[in-house]
Amino acid sequence: MNKVMSNKWMIALYVLPSLMLVAILIFIPLVLTGYYGLTEWNGAGVMKFVGLENYAHALQDEQFRESVVHSFLLALFSTLSLGIYLVVSLILASKIKGTNLLRKIYLIPMLLSSVAIAQLWLKVYHPTNGMLNSLLNLLGVDHPPEWLANPDIVLYAIFIPILWQYAGFYILIYYAALKNVPEELIEAARIDGATPLQIALKVKVPLISGIIKVTVVLAIVGSLKYFDLIYVMTGGGPNGASEVMASYMYKEAFGSYHFGYGSAIAFYLLIITLIMTYFTRKLTASKDDVQY
Amino acid sequence: MKKKAVTLLSLLLMLLLAVAGCGDDQASEGESDGENKTIQFMHLWPEGNSTAHYNIVEDIIDGFEKENPGVKVDVEVLSNEQYKEKIKVLSSSDKLPDVGMTWAAGYLKPYVEGNQFAPLNDVLDGGLEDLFVSGTVEAYSIDGQAYGLPLELNIAPVFYNKAMFDEYGLSAPETYEEFKNIVSVLADNGVAPIALGNKDRWTGSLWYMYLADRIGGPNLLTEAINGTETFHNAEFQKAAEEIQNLVNQDAFVQGFNGLSDQEAKSLFMNSQAAMYLIGSWDLPNYTTNEEVPQEFRDSIGYFSFPTVDGMGDRNSWVGGPGVGLFVAENSDVKDEAKAFVKYFVEQWGEQAVTKAGVIPATKVDTDKVDLHQMYIDVLNDLSNASNITLFADVQMDPDDAQTHLDLIQALFGLDVTPEEFTEQHQEALSN
Repeated sequence: MNKVMSNKWMIALYVLPSLMLVAILIFIPLVLTGYYGLTEWNGAGVMKFVGLENYAHALQDEQFRESVVHSFLLALFSTLSLGIYLVVSLILASKIKGTNLLRKIYLIPMLLSSVAIAQLWLKVYHPTNGMLNSLLNLLGVDHPPEWLANPDIVLYAIFIPILWQYAGFYILIYYAALKNVPEELIEAARIDGATPLQIALKVKVPLISGIIKVTVVLAIVGSLKYFDLIYVMTGGGPNGASEVMASYMYKEAFGSYHFGYGSAIAFYLLIITLIMTYFTRKLTASKDDVQY
Repeated sequence: MKKKAVTLLSLLLMLLLAVAGCGDDQASEGESDGENKTIQFMHLWPEGNSTAHYNIVEDIIDGFEKENPGVKVDVEVLSNEQYKEKIKVLSSSDKLPDVGMTWAAGYLKPYVEGNQFAPLNDVLDGGLEDLFVSGTVEAYSIDGQAYGLPLELNIAPVFYNKAMFDEYGLSAPETYEEFKNIVSVLADNGVAPIALGNKDRWTGSLWYMYLADRIGGPNLLTEAINGTETFHNAEFQKAAEEIQNLVNQDAFVQGFNGLSDQEAKSLFMNSQAAMYLIGSWDLPNYTTNEEVPQEFRDSIGYFSFPTVDGMGDRNSWVGGPGVGLFVAENSDVKDEAKAFVKYFVEQWGEQAVTKAGVIPATKVDTDKVDLHQMYIDVLNDLSNASNITLFADVQMDPDDAQTHLDLIQALFGLDVTPEEFTEQHQEALSN
């Protein structure tokens, strides 16, 4: 086998199939999307080359700018909620009873399909028969909010299931990382008289900082390109109040048949995601990662 | 030796993968090898949730295959939304099935402009055209060429719950004044007057269309869409104001802008709302569907949208043909596909209403078939109709339709004023 691997041509040959697959399925469509963004095309007819018109139009499109803001809001909330997940995992990883069961419960939303989650939360948010509003009625609230119909709150109402959906995923990652922290270090800290809080903040968290950085990137990128629940629960409505970049792109391309413009938005989405990834990596990079 | 074999084997595997990746997918083109021809057919009535439709289609295909030996029909079934997506994707790669389903007017326009649908005038000649209710094929025509054969025809009446009306001494309204009175009586008693699922937006559009029809006359909206009239007309603004008056009167269920049509329907079917404006495709739920309690079905009636301030014609309806059949322009088996759609339309017309409760776009002789009274009423209303205005979002180009639908949602949500509503409509339509 070593003989095979020392032959550069052999290596190239082995890499080729997967490289071709990745190129055909990912890189070529990426470039094509960028190109489609330069055209006016309804998906079926002839393509008309219009230069940068679509890209320029997007910058002035009020609805697109709003959807960008909404996407960034989602990214912000997702990142902030990582803190809560970290706390939960710290508790789970410490030796308390029922950790196993709790961990599984937190993971359940991860196992459900997005559409099932959407249906579930549609029932929760139903304005008259919903769980939430029935509860509020019982508590004496006369006019409980119309969660998904009120443009002022729909965005936040929909963030909750999105965060809920991924909570288990991040908790699982943190939990696994925390379980990898060597027992001796914690033992040593305890002998030195550290309180549990100090152990958590000064020993455990720094030791899993690498993982935390990865989850921050995951959360931001995942939020920026988020689509599923928004599409199923509100379709971006009412009147664009819960539109995010991906759902707006979808609406333009497949609703209004503006494939060219939709592609331009998709390309912006890609660029924004790349830039954000770059900056988060930059910001979270530290010269000396704590090692154990 | 062993190593060599492993190398060889992996090389082979790799080549296989590469070849598989490059292979051209010809499946959807419809093969024709001399004797045996296959028609690819895609429809949107899955066995699970449209059993009756599905069975009729299966019957028709069996019959067709028997009559045309050597021709096979290969069926692919998808549910509505998935169907729409798949058709878009297939069309952008020029791989439409030989026969499939389309919607009227604005929906099929991009496909016709992209030369993807075959003109079907030769199929209609020779008597087939006379089978259709007049005006239905026209909805699928562009520049005098028909590109689809309609299968369904619907009008949208206001269904109402007689039991709930009786409770408050109400009866079906003749005028808009009476209608508003019903709304306020119900609202004052804490009953949601109208079930509306405006997340889907076209549902709200129906209400607006009726108000525009009654206030501005049956042709106004159509003319505004095709450019001979404008949305600057005061009647459009008046209709928009009326919508907002209704919203302010709490005429629609709570949170309607966040509810889907399905959710609104379930409110109506659970007697949690008294009225529901929807197409006659929903008739089975109020007549023959055994899954709905008999008691509820018996308590449902319908009325035509009332006149407004003495204006308007109650025989003018909002509605139109639903799905129709198209034949792909670049089909390899075009002649067979055309014969198939012709056979399909004829058979469908005979079976649809009795077996599936679908009102076909072809004429139905009410004397010959045994139907629930409400069906007969609707069929009579259809034959007495002075005008059927095609659903606005179907009439418009897809991008105008999106603007229209978004504006409808904003209008109902009181996010735009009636002036802005008409202004932005005009702007979109004149582009």
